[in-house]
Amino acid sequence: MSIVNDRAPYRAEAARLRAFFEAQGAVPVEPAILQPAEVMLDLYGEDIRARAYVTSDPLRGEQMLRPDFTVPVVQMHMAQGAEPARYTYAGEVFRRQEEDPSRPSEYSQVGYEVFDGSDPAAADAEVYALIESVVRPLGLKASTGDMGILAATVSGLDTTERRKRALLRHIWRPRRFRALIDKFSGKEPMAQTRRELLASADPFAGVKVDTGLRSRAEVAERLDALREEAAAAPLSREQVELIEAVLNVREKLPFALENLRDIAVDLPALLPAVDRVAARCAALEARGVDVANLDFEVAHGRAQMEYYDGFVFSFAVEGRPDLSPVAVGGRYDALTRVLGGGIEIPAVGGVIRPGLMLDLMEGRA
Amino acid sequence: MTLKLGVPSKGRLMEKTFDWFGARGVTLSRAGSDREYAGRVEGADGVELVLLSAGEIPRELAAGRIHLGVTGTDLVHEKLAQWDQQVEELAELGFGQADLIIAVPQCWVDVDTLDDLDAAAAAFRRKHGFRMRIATKYHRLVRDFFRDQGVADYQLVDSQGATEGTVKNETAEAIADITSTGETLRANHLKILDDGLILRSQATLFRARKAPMDDADRAAMAALAAKLGVD
Repeated sequence: MSIVNDRAPYRAEAARLRAFFEAQGAVPVEPAILQPAEVMLDLYGEDIRARAYVTSDPLRGEQMLRPDFTVPVVQMHMAQGAEPARYTYAGEVFRRQEEDPSRPSEYSQVGYEVFDGSDPAAADAEVYALIESVVRPLGLKASTGDMGILAATVSGLDTTERRKRALLRHIWRPRRFRALIDKFSGKEPMAQTRRELLASADPFAGVKVDTGLRSRAEVAERLDALREEAAAAPLSREQVELIEAVLNVREKLPFALENLRDIAVDLPALLPAVDRVAARCAALEARGVDVANLDFEVAHGRAQMEYYDGFVFSFAVEGRPDLSPVAVGGRYDALTRVLGGGIEIPAVGGVIRPGLMLDLMEGRA
Repeated sequence: MTLKLGVPSKGRLMEKTFDWFGARGVTLSRAGSDREYAGRVEGADGVELVLLSAGEIPRELAAGRIHLGVTGTDLVHEKLAQWDQQVEELAELGFGQADLIIAVPQCWVDVDTLDDLDAAAAAFRRKHGFRMRIATKYHRLVRDFFRDQGVADYQLVDSQGATEGTVKNETAEAIADITSTGETLRANHLKILDDGLILRSQATLFRARKAPMDDADRAAMAALAAKLGVD
């Protein structure tokens, strides 16, 4: 980013968008730029350090330049009792860049967040339709998905709870997810040394010294888990094919729904999640969205949009993978649970990048 | 102007670098006393020797303040973003070999692979209420490796030296560090994961892509490269 930079037009565009969301009934909020790092680190782990600027002082400890607004808005909302509410905000977010020098490390976001559990399908459609109406002049490509479909597929598998837990934990990491499937289905057989260890009367025979905080009891506990895993029947080929069929669903929304209903014949546990997609489809249609031409992909945003756990969407310039999406959003019920300290409320929201929008409209991007 | 060649300022790395250049007809030596960080170059015209800490050589190359530099691949990969756009590898020098690896306590009989480490990390976090700590000074390389491999529920703790001791001292549960023979690891009751090799490193001669050069510098560079057999 250049030193001299006329931000006035971007600020004006961000203010215009925030005013639009206020007119829709959203309350404007202004989270601080410096946020306690601990919450973010606890949520996202070490990866967030690669993407956010972390700094510190001796009084408040590690602080982070806000990498997004959603987490502080959720925290604020949950601290205030989690009554149904709609919020909007506009301001800069900060992202460290390690790879691509053309990506900005500081840019503005305008968001709209809905905390309301009375009709989740209607809330999904409300957020999507409002953001769609904002970006419509740009003729962007809309993509949608639903993280709940893959989660429901895993939960419905005919296998051990431990395996389901392991798969759900890695639902955001396609490579490790795939490696786990290969392991559980027997495609990747257990190493000979591991087999011998589990069969051994004294697995700790070769240990000279116990070092570190992780105790022998913890190691023994995991050995029990490994024995349980070794004794469990492999994940059947049919089950693996179901997962693959689900992951491959990529159609216009009405066809995707049909497709998912077909898969649910063999996996009835998928039905409630499919019904949610159907209800959302109807709600979108009621809002005037052309659902017959709306793309739906089960794996959409799987590797990027980590706090979303249901509906996800993005608006991007077709044929320009070098540009970030102009708008993204989704449902994050689980995040309100994690940050709610015992309470939770269904929530969905989306953000727009007014700077990118303006650059596209004026032919600069 | 002169062509600036950055070489580690002390120890075996400096001596071996001097030997490598010497074997190719370019004699490098320290000027004056052992404590003075100035050097002499014989056998190559228009080249100036700059003695620097090995850890600073990547940054000096990236900034274009030196034209050539000898340092470990590990340091270049860790310290420079998009390192291959900033520097060019001219020659691997065949010494200073070291592997950046992940090591865990030898008493963790249930952990041989990254898959095991990831599963152990999940259980550790549930039990102890914090993420498994991995001590390292190679934050970027380790983070990128774990992200690529899909390992979760860990945190990096900074360790600039005696990293192998952090496990015994219970300031970390595992380490990511450079090792050449593995002796220090064994002495500290640690073992390397089967698939825990992050990077193979050795002393390497790098050329800075962005260092400014005039015609004389370019001629000096061409002559030096020909003499060293790296053109």
